[in-house]
Amino acid sequence: MSTMSRILGSAALVAMLPLTAMAGKSDDTVRIALSKDLDSADIYFSSARESTVFGYSVFDALVERDLKTGEWVGNLAESYEWVDDLTLEFKLRQGVKFHNGEDFDADDVVFTFNHFSDPATGVAMPNTVNWIGSAEKIDQYTVRVHLKAPFPAALDYVESALQIYPDQYYQEVGPQGFAQKPVGTGPYAVASIDPGRGYTLKAFDGYHEAGPRGKAHIGTVEVRSIPDVNTQIADLFSGAVDFMWQVPEDQAQRIAQRGGYTVTQAPTVRFGYLSLDAAGRTGTKPFTDIRVRQAVNHAIDRVAIRDAFFAPTSEIINSICNPVQFGCEQDVTTYDYDPEKAKALLAEAGYSDGFSVDFYAYRDRQAAEAMAQMLEEVGIRTNLTFLQYSALAEKVLKDEIPMSFMTWGSGSIADVSASTSKFFDGSAIDDVRNPELTALLRTGDTTTDPEVRKENYSKALKLIADEAYWVPLWTYTSNYVMASDLDFEPTPDEFVRFFDMSWK
Amino acid sequence: MLRYLLGRLGMAALVALTVSVISFGLIYMAGDPAVALAGENATPEIIAQIRAQHGYDRPIAVQYLDWLAHALRGDFGVSPYFKIEVATLIADRLRITMTLGVLGISFALLVGVPMGVLAAMRPNSMIDRAALFIAVVGQAIPSFWFGLILIVLFAVNLGWLPASGADSWKGFVLPTIVLGYYATPAIMRLTRTGMIEVLGSDYIRTARAKGVPPRKILFKHALRNAVIPVVSLAAVQMGFMLGGSIVTESVFALHGAGYLAWQSISRNDLPTMQALILIFSLFYIIFTFLADALNAWLDPRLRD
Repeated sequence: MSTMSRILGSAALVAMLPLTAMAGKSDDTVRIALSKDLDSADIYFSSARESTVFGYSVFDALVERDLKTGEWVGNLAESYEWVDDLTLEFKLRQGVKFHNGEDFDADDVVFTFNHFSDPATGVAMPNTVNWIGSAEKIDQYTVRVHLKAPFPAALDYVESALQIYPDQYYQEVGPQGFAQKPVGTGPYAVASIDPGRGYTLKAFDGYHEAGPRGKAHIGTVEVRSIPDVNTQIADLFSGAVDFMWQVPEDQAQRIAQRGGYTVTQAPTVRFGYLSLDAAGRTGTKPFTDIRVRQAVNHAIDRVAIRDAFFAPTSEIINSICNPVQFGCEQDVTTYDYDPEKAKALLAEAGYSDGFSVDFYAYRDRQAAEAMAQMLEEVGIRTNLTFLQYSALAEKVLKDEIPMSFMTWGSGSIADVSASTSKFFDGSAIDDVRNPELTALLRTGDTTTDPEVRKENYSKALKLIADEAYWVPLWTYTSNYVMASDLDFEPTPDEFVRFFDMSWK
Repeated sequence: MLRYLLGRLGMAALVALTVSVISFGLIYMAGDPAVALAGENATPEIIAQIRAQHGYDRPIAVQYLDWLAHALRGDFGVSPYFKIEVATLIADRLRITMTLGVLGISFALLVGVPMGVLAAMRPNSMIDRAALFIAVVGQAIPSFWFGLILIVLFAVNLGWLPASGADSWKGFVLPTIVLGYYATPAIMRLTRTGMIEVLGSDYIRTARAKGVPPRKILFKHALRNAVIPVVSLAAVQMGFMLGGSIVTESVFALHGAGYLAWQSISRNDLPTMQALILIFSLFYIIFTFLADALNAWLDPRLRD
């Protein structure tokens, strides 16, 4: 239904609509439409981006990355220090209060770190906290976090996955009570939550202004879940919604052509790739031959597909990572679009008549079909199957995917340890199983010196490109559509920061 | 009569049990809920951990019997996504779906029956043709498209009604029309057929000959008899509406039980899915049973 509905719907909407913007500036309320809903306001028990976005405004983390300079700055912590490879020390900000009046101090930090890294708590995304050994209170405003093993990307997780909860209140009301009435130190306090439908936030008067975020500019934020993007657009045009994100490219372009609204394209950490079973773990032989893998790389015209189906700001990539990520070397062997060369390589490998292979995908059907056709042209006959993401992930675990078109969001972590290192880790689902590659990535993941990390990642990514293990495709961008009097600059991590929004 | 009803009731219970067994099996075959729960960046170890935590690693028969034992006591478990009791969750969402269902079927009856009567009074006239046209369009037009057209017209161009949400009664107007319109054609056509048949029958001719006013013939003598099958059709349609408002609910962002079903399917939320399937099939079974009972009461020949 969705493709049909999008084509018919957007054509009708954009053709018939008058311009009637009457945004929420007059009552200082920004109304936001999300396609999915907030599944749990106790954000440690949700793996959805919607809960991370909610968490960014309601809670604070100890540190955050200054998106302009790329440097770490203190938020709830005034400063941090690597005491050694296994110890992080945070000096906490004083005089900070939670929304319910509770004072913020080391006890809150120690509780949050220890409680949610305990496997018995069962958080939704254990990989974001399982590097923590323990947290220790040194004095009322000093905390030390002990790591299980050296983990240079630790601060990325301190920012995105370890929002600080009030220890007394949380233990008093428990997870279910907290999910109904969450309390944080963030720029916005929760006014109401209607599970599955939406929530309302009010700017927190007592917010610690000295921090890097500053007070929220807009008084009230109303978030509603509107699943159908056409309905979102109708609400935008009738003035019931001021802000929508992840708007499909075709609709965003039509809205931009009409004018009257701000349409912004922002890069994201997500990127696309073709996985090939280079180790032969599924019993499919052809991809174990480097010449076949090179042929696949030469057969796909990535630029043409990008131009046809994605935003012009989508970037063609040379490595299996996003260039915004730390360590994502792009200066590696590349493979031009050259179908003749692909045919010659296939013939050389003994497949002059080509071969047949199962090809799986879960999104961007048109791009997947275009790739299937390009492969067909050089003699690789694909049996393209579309599955839900979870069904596809399950088949990966069962060694049933010889070739797939996938994308990876890295949990918005701007570090190669969250992307490339996860694919080629030597585990059961590693398509390559090259011990040299796994060792290089592991060194990069566990060394604290940034230069040494870069060097190892660079070697690893050059090796992947030389061997043509997989096919790097493109990065994804996200479209934001806003009422024209709303001012907001999207960030690559897609953690929509409500407190950065303001009226023009 | 009692024996007939008890027989139908027994059948209904068996159907409900069969539905729950089949749906449990199908859901299980559709995908591993642990993989869906774990999200994108999960490792095989984490998935295994989640599987054990929720008991998805037990044999399917054990899982089913465990579920059934709890379900019979009204305990449908906790949704792994919303972290609240499935029963609470569904009860909350059903309010919207029920409201929508009642409004939808009322709309269909209020529009369908008069249109059917009008069409039957003058078969093959312009009125009949117009009614037929409206019926064909109602069957052919996809709900999401019809919903969008109404949104464009009433929410955006005229600004009379909201495009989405259930904050006030206004939010229900457009969804009611969309949902009700889909059921209108069948009711209209059945009324028309029934009326034409009855109007041509002997006792109507007798009534006319006696000089009974036409209005009285139409409403007192003809409609009463013609509408019997329509009542049972409406009951079945109501069952359809309660389980089938998924598209309407998502177009108008109503967040009722239909939309919840769609969400839980796309997330492999097993306990919610299972409970919803059971409840939807129960609705259907109950309304079909009511229709049967009603028919048996109205028409003694069916009781044997």
